[in-house]
Amino acid sequence: MLRALLTIIQRDLLVAFRRRAELMNPILFYVIVVTLFPLGVSPDKNFLSQLAPGVVWVAALLAALISMESIFRQDFDDGSIEQLFLSKHPPTLLIFGKVIAHWLITGLPMLIIVPVMALLLYIPSKAIPTLFVTVLLGTPILSLIGAIGVALTAGLRGGGVLLGLLVLPLYIPVLIFASGAVSAAIDGLAYSGQLAMLGAGLILALILAPLAISASLKISMS
Amino acid sequence: MWSFLHKLSSPKYYYEWSGKWIPWLGALTLILMGIGLYWGLVIAPPDYQQGEGYRIIYVHVPAAWMSMFVYVVMAVAGVIGLIWKIKLAEIVVAECASIGAAFTALALMTGMLWGKPMWGTYWVWDARLTSELILLFLYLGVIAIYSAIEDPRTAAKAAAIFAIVGVINIPIIHYSVVWWNTLHQGATVTKLDSPSAHPSMLIPLLIMAFAFKAYFVWLLFIRARNEILSRERSTNWVKKLVAAS
Repeated sequence: MLRALLTIIQRDLLVAFRRRAELMNPILFYVIVVTLFPLGVSPDKNFLSQLAPGVVWVAALLAALISMESIFRQDFDDGSIEQLFLSKHPPTLLIFGKVIAHWLITGLPMLIIVPVMALLLYIPSKAIPTLFVTVLLGTPILSLIGAIGVALTAGLRGGGVLLGLLVLPLYIPVLIFASGAVSAAIDGLAYSGQLAMLGAGLILALILAPLAISASLKISMS
Repeated sequence: MWSFLHKLSSPKYYYEWSGKWIPWLGALTLILMGIGLYWGLVIAPPDYQQGEGYRIIYVHVPAAWMSMFVYVVMAVAGVIGLIWKIKLAEIVVAECASIGAAFTALALMTGMLWGKPMWGTYWVWDARLTSELILLFLYLGVIAIYSAIEDPRTAAKAAAIFAIVGVINIPIIHYSVVWWNTLHQGATVTKLDSPSAHPSMLIPLLIMAFAFKAYFVWLLFIRARNEILSRERSTNWVKKLVAAS
């Protein structure tokens, strides 16, 4: 069973690395969205550093949303998802493997790019480790919740906008706790509470989301 | 009890059964709403601080209560529909979504109208207002996914799953918003919870709450009947019904 899980992850990573150019797209999107804020609001240092925790995380939410579509879309259209459900292993586990692979492709690069962009927005370097931890805890939640939305809209044409409608409200707690932790770290306040909440959210999502994802996929296939 | 519930899950039986109840529910709604509104708007004394303006709570508070109640009903119906594959429960999910969204919008709008004279602004990013707004987004999400999928049974199942995911998230969202609010700034003008309302104001409020509940059930019955007729339009009993009328 574990081998089946690892095979799925390996296969998805392989497919992703065969199309290397696409790997960069969510990251570029992230960088561009962050760049829009100083241009649109103000390049003032004090002002930006106040805004920054929210900006880096709102942009991360949007980038996660944009990259979410690719998780099942192609496999759903060519029937590989159906094959996963027909295999002797529990489909929930295999689907979970796909989410892990997707996070490794889209979430992991965020760990590098978010702190870099944070420096451009004048987040003081003492808050960068906190930001790093929030990305580490937060992005898997985004992938897990987003996958539910993709699974529900998989059978639809132009599910993209609908996906945003479904998923963004569910992302709000991640945004609040993650940007709250960074703000607290910038102000030199205690931020372990927010990180603990993010961790708790991650555990909850890890347990419940795979069930919802496979149930949604089953419905989308019917 | 179980055999009754079992019978109720058949669309035809539900259609006949609800037909008997609808006039009574309608009458109950109108009577309760009449008493509640008259008591609340005319008899109840004006508030010593807010004057007459507080009377909007007789619509606002029941609507806000219903917005949460309907969501729970929708999620429970979703669970029932997914587990036992009961058509009627799926219909309830779909109909609850639009009714609940209307209640939520009503609560938000009456709250904004009340906020302008009382707080001097239509909108405050207060925890309650924000989570009510997010609740509206969740309702709209359920409606969006239901209307995006063509096959009504698949659509209802997808909407049910989203409703269940939402019901797990609502407490998390609510408390995260509460925390976010206290982190950012203390409550400025939002201390509107009077410690305890006087019975002369509270009783009409409770009557209105029951009136809204009766109204919800009434509306749900009517809408579910319509939906059943349109979904079962190719069955014999609907054809006979149409031919007879």
